[in-house]
Amino acid sequence: MGFKEFCFKKSLWLFHFGGASCNNCDIEILDCLTPRYDVERFGMLLVGSIRHADVLLVNGSINQRDKSRLLELYEQAPKPILVVAIGACGCTGGIFAEGNTFAGPVDKIIPVDAYIPGCPPKPEAILAGIVKLLNK
Amino acid sequence: MVKKTLIPIGPYHPLQEEPELFKLYCEGEIVKDIKWETGYNHRGIEQLSEKKTFDQSFFLVERVCGICSTSHPFAFANAVEEAGNIEITNRAKYIRSIVGELERIHSHLLWVGLAGHFLGYNTVFMWAWKYREPILDLFEMISGNRNSYAMFKVGGVRRDIENNKIPKIKETLDKFKKKNDLLVGAVMDDPVIHARTKGVGILTKQDIIDYAAVGPTARASGVAIDVRKDDPYAAYPLVNWKVITAEKGDVFAKAEVRLLEMYESISIIEQCLEGLKKEKEGEIEVKVKNIAAGWGTGHAEAPRGEVFHYVLTDGSNSPARHKIRAPSYTNIATFKKSCIGQTISDATISLAAVDPCYCCTERMAVAYDWKTGERILNGNELIALSAEKTSKLKNK
Repeated sequence: MGFKEFCFKKSLWLFHFGGASCNNCDIEILDCLTPRYDVERFGMLLVGSIRHADVLLVNGSINQRDKSRLLELYEQAPKPILVVAIGACGCTGGIFAEGNTFAGPVDKIIPVDAYIPGCPPKPEAILAGIVKLLNK
Repeated sequence: MVKKTLIPIGPYHPLQEEPELFKLYCEGEIVKDIKWETGYNHRGIEQLSEKKTFDQSFFLVERVCGICSTSHPFAFANAVEEAGNIEITNRAKYIRSIVGELERIHSHLLWVGLAGHFLGYNTVFMWAWKYREPILDLFEMISGNRNSYAMFKVGGVRRDIENNKIPKIKETLDKFKKKNDLLVGAVMDDPVIHARTKGVGILTKQDIIDYAAVGPTARASGVAIDVRKDDPYAAYPLVNWKVITAEKGDVFAKAEVRLLEMYESISIIEQCLEGLKKEKEGEIEVKVKNIAAGWGTGHAEAPRGEVFHYVLTDGSNSPARHKIRAPSYTNIATFKKSCIGQTISDATISLAAVDPCYCCTERMAVAYDWKTGERILNGNELIALSAEKTSKLKNK
């Protein structure tokens, strides 16, 4: 077992970064915590500080103002950390990619481990994405 | 002299899903002043909309806000139809209203859940979001997506609600009504919720008028303002319903208004479904050839208040100017009244009580240098830039 596998063997704690999004992905991420999907039974927990997190969930297009904050958060994160880009905007910029404040999709700013497309991705898709990432 | 402490909330705070920054200036535990900063969510939607055709713009305005993703296309459709002088069929009107009201139910449930979460009452959060799922399933059945429904277009709607889907919708709503009784009972009778929300974040009738607040925020203070009644659109004049108001203006009154509004929404949907049965299936749109030069304004009552869209057309197939004003834009300003004088622990629920939606509100851009954080363009500099461009053009 490598160091990385050892780090992600047990409960994953998630930190959620909502960039310049339309809130859809944000509420679908929150939906994963609620009774129908309930990711907490797998030990996944949304935490308040990036310093406690194993996974950084990024959704929404990133604008000029968010860019420096996202970089700063990534630097503060304990390594290794898994970065997951959620939604069409997180993956490519989506419908907002032509906007005047757009500062590049997430993978131009920080390295991304998994992409979950969809506008918004269903909670099942988010769960499936994270499971795939763990089995990688 | 008491020392003033600055307590920042945000921009990326576990309390909020959206990025925004509140600065609470406190003396001891009492909030003395509040400032807020937005811009973390700005996407340049108005500018993007001018590059797109009317049909494409609907997908864009839907993504102004994911939670009220019907109200923006609703107002935009009203605006374009006013500009183009288009009258839509009754079936389309009913379908628009049904989708709008289903959205109000899901949005209010979402707020009740989040308010419970802010109070540290996670049972309410889990409960409300559990009952929200069947409503989202209805959306999936009607439109194919849980959020962002893409139901609207100029001259009607994209998809029909066929008559064979009506029993399923009715059944789900009947089940939901019973669940909602439980939820309302739990919130209204709970002594802890009473203690935490009564007399907290009070907005008087005069405050509402001064700050031009809209939606449930205004209705909780006894101002019966509702676009659906004041300037009726779609199927709202065809059905019977009443505007819910409360008098106290505190957080409890806001919760009460939202919870009771869900019953009105259910009643509107049921009447619309009856109306739908009388109309012929498939008559959901009128063909629109072109939209003449002119302008149109459109309102819609979003779950949070009045959404306003202004569209200037120039005879082409895309808007020449598109202006959006979302309800949170005016509601956020009431924080100056509701939060000041409260303790810090009450400030969070006062902030959440107006159900602020920052992705709706982000309508302005100021350029910042992202390395130093300095504002690089102010009004005078913009004028200087403009003057420079003119002189360049002159010299050509």
